Amino acid sequence: MYEKNITSMHLDVLKEIGNIGAAHAATALSTLLNKKIDMKVPKVEMVSFDEMMDLAGGPESVVAGIYLRIEGDVTGSMFFVLPVEQANRFIQRLIHDESFDFQVGEVSEIGASAMQELGNILSGSYLSALSDFTGLKIYPTVPALSVDMVGAIISFGLVEVSHVSDYVIVIDTALNEEDVPNVESVKGHFFLLPNPESFQAIFNALGVQ
Amino acid sequence: MIGQGQVVKVGIADMNIAKAPDTIRTSGLGSCVGVVLFDERSQIAGLIHVMLPDSSLGRTETINSAKFADTGIPAMIEQLKLEGVQPFKLRAKIAGGAQMFQFSSSRDTMRIGPRNVEAVKEYLKKYSIPIVSEDTGGNSGRTIEFNPATNLLNIRTVNQGVRDI
Repeated sequence: MYEKNITSMHLDVLKEIGNIGAAHAATALSTLLNKKIDMKVPKVEMVSFDEMMDLAGGPESVVAGIYLRIEGDVTGSMFFVLPVEQANRFIQRLIHDESFDFQVGEVSEIGASAMQELGNILSGSYLSALSDFTGLKIYPTVPALSVDMVGAIISFGLVEVSHVSDYVIVIDTALNEEDVPNVESVKGHFFLLPNPESFQAIFNALGVQ
Repeated sequence: MIGQGQVVKVGIADMNIAKAPDTIRTSGLGSCVGVVLFDERSQIAGLIHVMLPDSSLGRTETINSAKFADTGIPAMIEQLKLEGVQPFKLRAKIAGGAQMFQFSSSRDTMRIGPRNVEAVKEYLKKYSIPIVSEDTGGNSGRTIEFNPATNLLNIRTVNQGVRDI
């Protein structure tokens, strides 16, 4: 089982990866929204599938989730999830339409595509930073969007891992929007879920045994 | 609610049993399938949160039987037998197996929801358990709760509200 060979030093390396990738993505988001975006120190944890749902806010919380697969030297899944109210505010600001609302049954095409584009830009800057840092080839697929229960969304990214384990190593970075009251502050997350066979590639690239 | 029962929770790739007045629930099903096996007379029900169609896909040393359709269903039948349920009395209700994302790529892993539903149906048939009702496919997440006292499976979605099957 792959999880047995992961030491705390390995987890630190993965944390650094989260740090570099998410810092770039947070900068891109700040620029896009012309807002200061704060990034938390990434957490790297080995968690059960149920704990993974809890990290994302509990299986039933409603989010706008961007999912993409990673291919190349490293394979895996990546998610950018935002509570739906915050996704609404972001998209309203991006498309200059105060009435935009993901919760209304029919999501306008421009809103959905703005959200996908947001996911594209953020995950692209996350992954290209990661690629530069490790020298590994990392190709993201076109992102897909779903507005639904986070459990239903995230479990899709666990399918691959579930073939080999009941645990997943998650590189989780939370984002916060500055200068808004705490209740309203952004609780966005990047979740990077490398497939188990990719860890060795990451560690080798960084010269870690 | 009328009953004073507890809600028995079932996690992802997990299973459990509830007896009336308790109910049994699993949250946030996407491509996973919730399989309820119940016996009307004894008001007892088992719920499996199936994640993958077949345990031959598993590459772990020890198998979590609840994770797969082919191992979860017989394991649940065995557990229900220990509770005194006769297998020929079992009926099933199933929900889930959605496709949460629309992709242009046709990779097989992307079709995991429909494949889970097919596998669950195949193994229920193999064990001669009739499916009384189902709510599968689509592209919405579901939270489901079964009440062994009424035999109703309550299904909640974000966009399409709540209904009982």
